[in-house]
Parts: sequence; C-alpha cells; structure tokens
Amino acid sequence: MTETLRGAAAIVGVADAASPTGELDRFGRDLETQMVFEALEDAGLSLADVDGLCHSQSAMGFAEYLGIHPCFTDSTNTGGSSFEVHAEHAAAAITAGLADVVVSVYAATPRSDRKRRRPMNRFGPNGPSPGAEWEWPYRLRMPIGPYALAASRHMHEFGTTSEQLAEIAVSTRKWAALNPCARFRNPITVEDVLSSPLQCSPLHLLDCCLVTDGAGAFVMTSAARAKTLRKPPAYVLGAATCHDHMMISQMPDLTTTPGAVSGPAAFRTAGVKPDDVDVLMGYDSFTITALLHLEDLGFCAKGEGGAFVENGRTAPGGQLPMNTNGGGLSYTHPGMYGMFLIVEAVRQLRGECGDRQVHGADVAVAHGSGMVLSCMSTIVLGTETTL
Amino acid sequence: MSERLAPTISPESEPFWAATRERRLVLQWCTTCDEPVQFPRSFCPRCQHSSLEWRDASGSATVHAVTVNHRPEAMGEEQPYVVALVDLDEGARFMTNIVGCAPEDVRIGMEVRITWEALEDGRNLPLFTPVSGPVAHPKEA
Repeated sequence: MTETLRGAAAIVGVADAASPTGELDRFGRDLETQMVFEALEDAGLSLADVDGLCHSQSAMGFAEYLGIHPCFTDSTNTGGSSFEVHAEHAAAAITAGLADVVVSVYAATPRSDRKRRRPMNRFGPNGPSPGAEWEWPYRLRMPIGPYALAASRHMHEFGTTSEQLAEIAVSTRKWAALNPCARFRNPITVEDVLSSPLQCSPLHLLDCCLVTDGAGAFVMTSAARAKTLRKPPAYVLGAATCHDHMMISQMPDLTTTPGAVSGPAAFRTAGVKPDDVDVLMGYDSFTITALLHLEDLGFCAKGEGGAFVENGRTAPGGQLPMNTNGGGLSYTHPGMYGMFLIVEAVRQLRGECGDRQVHGADVAVAHGSGMVLSCMSTIVLGTETTL
Repeated sequence: MSERLAPTISPESEPFWAATRERRLVLQWCTTCDEPVQFPRSFCPRCQHSSLEWRDASGSATVHAVTVNHRPEAMGEEQPYVVALVDLDEGARFMTNIVGCAPEDVRIGMEVRITWEALEDGRNLPLFTPVSGPVAHPKEA
C-alpha cells in the first residue's frame, strides 16, 4: 500500500443556512442546490468541477436535478453521522483517484414544513421522486420499459434487429448449459427468442433476465495480505463509475450509457484494452443491456453491437467469452445481480469454473448496471501475472 | 382503464400543473440559455443561472422512442398501450402515452400533438396523438 488517507485530501469550501426565527424560506432541492453553490463559491469552484456527489438519501436523484454526471457517488445514510461517513468515503475516493471534487449536502426544514402545512415525510427513503410526477402516470412497465425504449431507439438509429438481440440470449444460454447451478440449461435458438411472447416491444420474454432467489458476497483486502491467503488473488486493476440520469426520460442519449465513461476510465487505470479482456461479465438484465455494454466498453464501435454478437461471438468457443455463468438471462437474477458478476470474474481468474472455464483467463471485467441504464460501474480484475 | 396514478406536484413545477387545469401546456425556460428546462428546477442545469420563466408551448412533438406494453395486465390494464418519449418542438423531452391510433402504428419520428386526459383533481394529463389521425394499419409482409 503506497497511498494512505493521511494528508491526501482536504475540505476547501463550506456553506450553511440557519435563521434566528428557526425557519428558512427555501426548502427541498432548491435549498440543497443553494448550499452546493455557496460551498462551491466559497471554494472558488463551479458545478462543472464536481465529479463526486454524496447525499444521505439520493445522490443519484440529486445529481439528476443538478444535471451533473458524477463518477463517485455515495448515498450512505447512517443517520446524523452520514456526513462524516461521506467525508471519509470522499477522502478515500480522492486518494484513490476515483474523484477530484466531491460535494456532500444536507437540507431539512421540519419547522416551516409543519407551519406551512407542507406534507411531512413527503419523500420516501430515496428522496423526492420526479418519476412520480413525470413518468409513473404513463404506466411504463418496470423494469423492462426503459430498456424497451432504449432498444427501440438503438434499432431506429443503427438498424439493430431482434434477431441480433436474440443472439445474446442464445449465446448466454450456451454458457448456462455448462453451469450446473444455472436456472435454465436447455439450448434455445434465435427463433425460440423471437417466438417467445412480446413483453414490451421490441423485447420478448427470452430477452429478459430471470426472477430467481440468489445471494453472494466478496471479501477484499490489501495486496500484501492477499498473497498470504488460501486462494490466488484477483487483483483490482481498475475501477470507475458514472451515472447520468435516474428517469429514462432524462437519459442524455438512449443508445449510450454512462458505461462509456466508466469503462474507458477503469481500463485506463488498469492499463488494459478491450482486446486484453479474457472474460467479460456484463450485466444482462435484458439482451439490449449487454449489447450496450459491448459498445460502451469499446469491444466494438457504437451502433455495431448487433453485428458484433452474431455467429456466437460471445458464446463458449467465441472470441469474447461473456457472462460465462449463464448471466442474468439464464443463471440467476434476484434483482440486483452485480454481485454475481464479481463472483464469476474471480472464479474465472482462479480457474475454478470447470466445464465453462476460459483457459488462461488473466483479465476479467465485472461491469454492473444500476437502475434504468442509469449508473454504470466497471471493475477490472487480474491474476498475479497482470501486475 | 384502471385509475391513473396521479402525478405528484413538486414546488418547482406548480405552474406547469396549474396551467393544465386550463388545458394549456407551459414549459419552464431559462432566459439566459433561451432553452426549456425539463423537468422544472430552481435553476438551469445548463448554465446554473436562476433566470427562469414560464412560456406557452406549441404542443407539437416528435416520437423519439416507443414501446408497446403487450402484457397490459401486468400494469392493471386490459389492452396493449403505447409508452413513448416525445420531443416537443421547443426541445423538451416528455414521457407520455400515444393515444388515438393502433398501438402498433406508432413509429419513431412520427409527428404527434398534445391531447389531454382529465385527472380527478381538476388537472389534466398531457398525452399525445398522431397529427395525421388514425393511420391505416400497415400490413406486414
């Protein structure tokens, strides 16, 4: 360990608001925004400098309101100590080079809320939801609907076909056939996918991930200590995150995810190129999700994902082993599948994968996708030979 | 159709919903950028100024992305329906339902115009319908 937190980061701007009356005129997002601008002004910085955001309820929702696309995000809520924890996490992130300028903010107006009869607890645990105002009335089915909209746009702009999306499901099922723990192992064809019931056009049932039980965990320690333990370490070579919306109607470009930021950033830190990746674990909530990862991580150019996945390119024996456990499409998907990406990536690097082992796997990528193509996080892992 | 979930009202968007009571579509504009701000905020996320005002909108839009829910029962509905993202001529993007045509007839790039659906509280919900009216169902080859 060459870097420590000691002396590696500093607080450079602050702001607060309070009044002798015990009441403030502004409230909610407006008040939070005011605090952010005042603290940035105090620091001589602007919103454009901010690449990390901490909020005890909703860093993603507040980032959407601010119109920023953070690469470090923290919605940790530990009650009153939340902001000390944010400071700790921000210092760690800055030390590690994950972010340059991190802001944490807080605003609550219980006294004037009561006096002005604003509904108390008007927000859920995730903060105010513009979705309840601008999207939910239209009955977009979740979670599939936003992905269907993205797929419709990808097809319109690039001529991507349902057959090409189906190729991803077919290849992933071939991997699942090699995994005794997979939910579905029987082979499927492109025709099977296309003849499965349309859910939200253009996505069919077999374009969708499973709903299963599932659980996982990982343990991380220092490189020095890792060498003394039982199993070959899977070293973290690179890591990066970015989010750019919460509501699908606010996604800047329906065909480009924030993985186009997190992927290249993680690869840069790791010193690897897409060609160096032996195993790609790319979150496959839907076939379109995996296709977008292939483009945004640079395995192919934007718009060429459909052609890329043809002819079993991501299947066993293909050029790019992808989702070798059978993925969310065929192995398991309990709701938040990102844990399984990391577990499989580590097992591949250890050579523990039996029939589905990718021989000589030295570099594996776990690329997680959160919410509705909203938050992408890329972890590059490598064996000792990659150090 | 089952009852719609009534949209919430945020402090920043009160004028938007007030105008819908008169079936008027208004947009929040940044007078510095001369661009609409959607969804409404207390500042412009492009330039960070707070020089905001409300202006009437044309109600003309183009379909940007579209999906038909073929499992309407999953959302308490009986018939397949269209959810789309539409771009208003002024530049703001909205999620909406496209109504007044067969769901399978909605295409990306189609021109649509606003239509309103009454909500129980006196507000109206903006929906969109094809400008050309119901189109002949294209026979798939």
